[in-house]
Amino acid sequence: MRLTLRVWRQKNTDAPGAMATYEVDGISKDMSFLEMLDTLNEKLILEGEDPVAFDHDCREGICGACSMVINGDAHGPERTTTCQLHMRSFADGDTIDVEPWRATAFPVVRDLVVDRSAFDRIIGAGGYISVPTGAAPEAHATPVPKADADYAFEHAECIGCGACVAACPNGSAMLFTSAKINHLNVLPQGAPERESRVLDMVATMDAEGFGGCTLTGECATACPKGIPLPSIAAMNKEWLRATRKAGKR
Amino acid sequence: MALATRTDRRPSIARTFWGSTVGKKTVMAATGLIMIAYLAVHALGNAKIFFGAGDFNDYGHWLRVMGAPVLHREWGLWTARVVLSASVILHGVSAYQLSRRDLKARATAYVHKRRRASYATRTMRWGGIILALFIVWHILDLTTGTVHPGFQEGHPYQNVVDTFSTWYGNVIYIVAMLALGLHIRHGFWSAAQTLGVGNATRDRVLKAVANVLAVLLTATFISVPVGVMTGVVS
Repeated sequence: MRLTLRVWRQKNTDAPGAMATYEVDGISKDMSFLEMLDTLNEKLILEGEDPVAFDHDCREGICGACSMVINGDAHGPERTTTCQLHMRSFADGDTIDVEPWRATAFPVVRDLVVDRSAFDRIIGAGGYISVPTGAAPEAHATPVPKADADYAFEHAECIGCGACVAACPNGSAMLFTSAKINHLNVLPQGAPERESRVLDMVATMDAEGFGGCTLTGECATACPKGIPLPSIAAMNKEWLRATRKAGKR
Repeated sequence: MALATRTDRRPSIARTFWGSTVGKKTVMAATGLIMIAYLAVHALGNAKIFFGAGDFNDYGHWLRVMGAPVLHREWGLWTARVVLSASVILHGVSAYQLSRRDLKARATAYVHKRRRASYATRTMRWGGIILALFIVWHILDLTTGTVHPGFQEGHPYQNVVDTFSTWYGNVIYIVAMLALGLHIRHGFWSAAQTLGVGNATRDRVLKAVANVLAVLLTATFISVPVGVMTGVVS
């Protein structure tokens, strides 16, 4: 395959960026999108140019590192991560636009790499369970109903890639935050911190400069792990419950 | 040793609500539902115009004396006016502040553009502005009569026929009612999500109710200018 790539190039956070056009040849349709970018970078290095910087790690679709918007879609045309997107999703001779995640809370570090540590700070505000460390507790000591376990697992699938924020026209992190909150709040282990978790994580989400939710549904469509849109309604319910409870103390 | 004291008191509920995007959306959802409930009553009242000037003018008079003899003349009306004004203001201010925040959160647009979300979703902001302007026009036209040449105090039927006998009266009204339908279509369903009522199993029902509400309200409101234009109401 022969492709024309238009890639966002930006030296650092403060430098102005622009789209740069590159031609790549000899691309196999079985390559992943990241392998295609590797091919481009090998060519750029041989030509003495700076390679395109992009985040990647496991290349198995579970780490959430690869973050790029391809032809206006977070992670490209397939509902998966960029490492699991194969070039057979494109046609020979295509022009492909590659841009970084766009959100004020995710500043561009370089080229396609953005700083997603705002997500870490949201997790730090309550995306954990406080337990004494030591040996693992006996698994049967705390029974979890099957339906709750399934619900928790559905939300635990979130890999924190940020596709929801990238796809949202408001740069909102509601789907990510709701996945983390619903995952822990439904479980008995998460119950003691149920109220403070949702209040603190939503407050941190707001403080990080993410936008509000207008329920366009773009986030759930873009999510490579299929976190459903009703998760946001479930988080809103938890938040309203927590404000009522906190007001009584 | 001093005893530990509670220093981690959370801010008041009002402050928590107004300081949070989720809280402000809750304010928008609640005020939006108040306004939809009012519009349903308003639409039913409008439909009385098809039963003649006597019925409609009597209804207009009753609005001033409703709740009597417990409520004094116009007390009920002014209560509704205060609640609705507060709803419009809270809804509008929340929308303005949230929109400012949303636009700031996505300051850089993507180079590769593609159409996102449904028409109703994309037109919420402009539709809201159209509706706010329409509310001002509507009050000046049919309540105070400020922009209405030949306005007769206490003769609502004649005023309605009069306003819909002008081309601009019809255009402004019909455009605003179409904007209203779109606004309710996305707004009602969104309010359910914001209030935490929405879930996967209720989704289809909520969407259906939103669509039915939007179509019914728009159709009932538009039937009045259409009635005047076709001579059914004269």
